[in-house]
Amino acid sequence: MAKVYQYGNNVDTDVIIPARYLNAPDEKSLASHCMEDIDPDFAGSVEPGDIIVGGANFGCGSSREHAPLAIKSCGVRCVIAASFARIFYRNSINIGFPILECPEAVASIHAGDQVTVDFSTGIIKNETTGRTFQAAPFPAFINGIIESGGLLKSLKARGIAK
Amino acid sequence: MGMTMTQKILAKHAGLSSVKAGQLIEGKLDLVLGNDITTPVAITEFDKAGLTRIFDKEKIAIVLDHYTPCKDIKAAQLCAKARAFAKRFDLTHFYDVGQMGVEHALIPEKGLAAPGEAIVGADSHTCTYGALGAFSTGVGSTDMAAAMATGSLWFKVPQAIKVTLTGTPGTYVSGKDVVLHLIGEIGVDGALYQSLEFTGDGVAQLTMDDRFTIANMAIEAGAKNGIFPVDEQTRAYLKDKVDRPWEAVDADSDAVYTREVVIDLSALRPTVALPHLPSNTKTVDEVAGMEIQQVVIGSCTNGRLKDLAEAAGILKGKRVAPGVRCIVLPATQKIYLDAMARGYLETFITAGCAVSTPTCGPCLGGHMGVLADGERAVSTTNRNFVGRMGPVSSEIILASPAVAAASAVAGCLADPEKIVRGEQ
Repeated sequence: MAKVYQYGNNVDTDVIIPARYLNAPDEKSLASHCMEDIDPDFAGSVEPGDIIVGGANFGCGSSREHAPLAIKSCGVRCVIAASFARIFYRNSINIGFPILECPEAVASIHAGDQVTVDFSTGIIKNETTGRTFQAAPFPAFINGIIESGGLLKSLKARGIAK
Repeated sequence: MGMTMTQKILAKHAGLSSVKAGQLIEGKLDLVLGNDITTPVAITEFDKAGLTRIFDKEKIAIVLDHYTPCKDIKAAQLCAKARAFAKRFDLTHFYDVGQMGVEHALIPEKGLAAPGEAIVGADSHTCTYGALGAFSTGVGSTDMAAAMATGSLWFKVPQAIKVTLTGTPGTYVSGKDVVLHLIGEIGVDGALYQSLEFTGDGVAQLTMDDRFTIANMAIEAGAKNGIFPVDEQTRAYLKDKVDRPWEAVDADSDAVYTREVVIDLSALRPTVALPHLPSNTKTVDEVAGMEIQQVVIGSCTNGRLKDLAEAAGILKGKRVAPGVRCIVLPATQKIYLDAMARGYLETFITAGCAVSTPTCGPCLGGHMGVLADGERAVSTTNRNFVGRMGPVSSEIILASPAVAAASAVAGCLADPEKIVRGEQ
């Protein structure tokens, strides 16, 4: 079951993936430096299916898509946060990486808890405490992008791109 | 129900007579921008999606400014990729070393942003052009790829915070002090998902360069965009730069705002943001004397001519203190030449500053002024996050060009007024 990595408010894109590594934007390189400046042990210990829980304004700062890409490339299943900075929010949706906004869940999930997430319903369950939470639902339009697997694939699905 | 400036621009670009906050729209774009870090990722996505056409070769701008002149082999490969894409599609507005400047200083200077336009850029500080009454916002690389192909993007119509500026700022108070004060008041997520719409009689007391600085840092309050009304100064600025027709928008008198913040410019003091958040603000009076090793004057926030004039005014006839490295980066080639013609560059070099070709370099810890362990910089840039300019133990204090120049002279965080009077 998924491990939880917990961070505070205002986790910025510079700590998610420092600019000194943006000269190599391949997924493997980004993953190997993910969260390096806030949690040097993260990249070495994260396993596919793990979950990141953040506070308010997660992903603030630079527009670098490398940030959600780095997290996604580590195999992280989703980020649950009290709120997201808007460019990080857009970028995650656009690359088909699930994010959930749910302050209540963030307040009662702790590092080491076992957490399961149902993206179709937005229900987050803390298996350790037995409590469940309902994340804010995405509008249908945005759900369409996520379900297509990202913005460019959704353009194809809508016949806008070839 | 009335609309804000931002809502009016979005409605027009979506082909709608009105929009309301929260509505999802598809908006046509007047300009799509990218840099040497974000464009290569956009190109990868563009190619991966099998896209083969762009919407308009006149409306895509690529500026190689972050790691340039290329700092290493990997950076050079990224630039080569962007260069090849620009050539493949014969982009009119491709700016390479020698022509390029820091993108958000360059784009307005080249007349590529005008009132009422809708602009996206794969760089968070794209919000800068709100100073000209445009809707402009930062997006990611996938958005850039989609926008280059289709000329449009989806937007959620934002709510807005009304920021009313009154009074006249004091001698050493600039746009940077205004925006740092604002971020200190509302917090780094105080305007999350919202517009910051500036208004009030204080706007006329701010130069265009001050307004660019303020709109530039709207993102540091979490805002989608920051926007100013168009006035005589805006028109004068645009006169020799933009010859296509443009239309200024005003907010409706019954536009709805989530809150109003009133700032009396005459009451502001030079303001700084201590590590590690732009909202961690103090007046310089509260924290003067903090030890520093480096000063950076430049960036998309504060690398314009007025910024250099303010810094030169303080450094003229003085020396950078021993133990401090002061790096000055004019933001564009034109600003570089203007600063040279006015003698600012001579002032900087005589004072012991290093003067650099335009680059974002040190702002993001890329090159041209990276810090060592435990070092602290006073910087006119926009972010003081952990590890932004060097290792996690390094620190950044965000400040105006006047405070940065005064600090270079004093060898510690300093009040420009005291330096000019010779009191510190």
